[in-house]
Amino acid sequence: MPRAPAVPARNIKSVVAGFNNTFFRATATGRILLIVVVRLRDAVVDLLPIVLVIGFFQAVVIREPLPQVGDVLIGSLFVVVGLSLFVQGLETALFPIGENLAEALARKGSLAWLMIFSFALGFATTVAEPSLIAVAAESAEIAAGSGLIDTSEESQKGYAMGLRLFVAVSVGLAIVIGVFRILKGYPIHYLIIGGYCLVMVMTMFAPKQIIGIAYDAGGVTTSTVTVPLVTALGVGLATVIRGRNPLVDGFGLIAMASLLPMVFVMLYGLLVFS
Amino acid sequence: MSLLIDFGLTLLLTIRDVIPIVALIFFFQLVVFRASIPRLPHVLVGLVFVILGLSMFLIGLERALFPVGEAMARQLSDPDFITHLSGKEDLLEWTDYGWIYLFAATIGFATTIAEPSLVAVAIKAQEVSAGTIDRQGLRIVVAVGVAFGIGLGTFRIVSGTPLYLYILVGYIIVIIQTIYAPRQVIALAYDSGGVTTSTVTVPIVAALGIGLAKSVPGRDPAIDGFGLIAFASLFPIISVLAYAQYTDYRSRKKIPRPQQS
Repeated sequence: MPRAPAVPARNIKSVVAGFNNTFFRATATGRILLIVVVRLRDAVVDLLPIVLVIGFFQAVVIREPLPQVGDVLIGSLFVVVGLSLFVQGLETALFPIGENLAEALARKGSLAWLMIFSFALGFATTVAEPSLIAVAAESAEIAAGSGLIDTSEESQKGYAMGLRLFVAVSVGLAIVIGVFRILKGYPIHYLIIGGYCLVMVMTMFAPKQIIGIAYDAGGVTTSTVTVPLVTALGVGLATVIRGRNPLVDGFGLIAMASLLPMVFVMLYGLLVFS
Repeated sequence: MSLLIDFGLTLLLTIRDVIPIVALIFFFQLVVFRASIPRLPHVLVGLVFVILGLSMFLIGLERALFPVGEAMARQLSDPDFITHLSGKEDLLEWTDYGWIYLFAATIGFATTIAEPSLVAVAIKAQEVSAGTIDRQGLRIVVAVGVAFGIGLGTFRIVSGTPLYLYILVGYIIVIIQTIYAPRQVIALAYDSGGVTTSTVTVPIVAALGIGLAKSVPGRDPAIDGFGLIAFASLFPIISVLAYAQYTDYRSRKKIPRPQQS
């Protein structure tokens, strides 16, 4: 259901407290200004811990002046403005898109299309993910260094590409399984605990060089644009389908998308190295 | 000037990341559902916000936070620096790395608070739970989990104990907690594990892990440098489940039990 951009209700009170309310409440410009102020303030608060930690260690432990203070200040300003814009875009674009799709998919009532969409969403958002590309290349170097694959550039590239495709397929499958679970209302913990047991068993058999990367692969597959969309899709489906609770059933897609790549990377190691 | 070029490049990269997703969604809306996208102008403006915001965010991180964070991670894990702090000549023990553990934990906490994916999940959780789950509270609990995880992960690298042991024990704790935790938070807790390791946390934490594995004698960066991210995604699950169990326990204690006759 499309909604007007809501002013975050709890924050208004504290910000407006000092102002005369009429301007901010009554006029369109006032409302927009208010949103901008609230978003910027939230972003500053979000960034504050990093600034404090870096400042403390620089001043107390390392005891050297911060290099390039100017760059750091400009960079921080960018982070604050960027984070504010992103959160606003989250609520006006990514969440509504995800919810709309969930509703449209449920209304169409075709299991095949729902599964195709879920797989495509998982695959498409993962295969070009920059952090996955970096991890795959690094893994190829390690494998070549340990003599598990040929050291030539070609074989390293082939290995990295294979790993990326394997991970992307696993994320696509993870979303498919996760969406199927929402439809059927299976409890998530059977899937996750079963998955963990599988990870533990595979850890015993997988080559040592792939284990660290396999564990990390689970973390790098969920990007900043994917997470809001996938979350909105899951929660949206659980809201639309009768008998499902959005809190109990709607979450869990991200967890699946971080678990299955671990299994698949270890499987890849087993297949390629033996 | 270089800032503008950087910004342009990052903007293009972000657009390239978003295009497959947008194409997929438009294909489904227009071809499969044959429906127009509701409030299209609104959504398009929002997408521009997302792309612009993400690019600025990344540029800012690359300009300001990553160089400083990575330099600090390197400096703190430098053997010369550690011997200087501990006042020992050689033969460092795991207790001499105190500042590293503290830095790892606090930077893990701080970067998690700034993680945009976690903001998204927290907003949804608050909305869906009708406010029972507070979005700021959830983020803090998750960040505490990450802090503990990364702190422990650096200890593992320094002590050289095998990674899989920690992960196995962590999984077993999660499984036991899952049996006793309130049902409503289980899926959310699992999801919190996946979102903590994203744009902000991974680069700084990876630099810390690899730097540390290089500087501690007897460690192989190829094998020991990895794995910190796994810690950062495992321990938030434990902390979120633990917090839910704690509030559940307290609320049950408050309700007076019916008198037994």
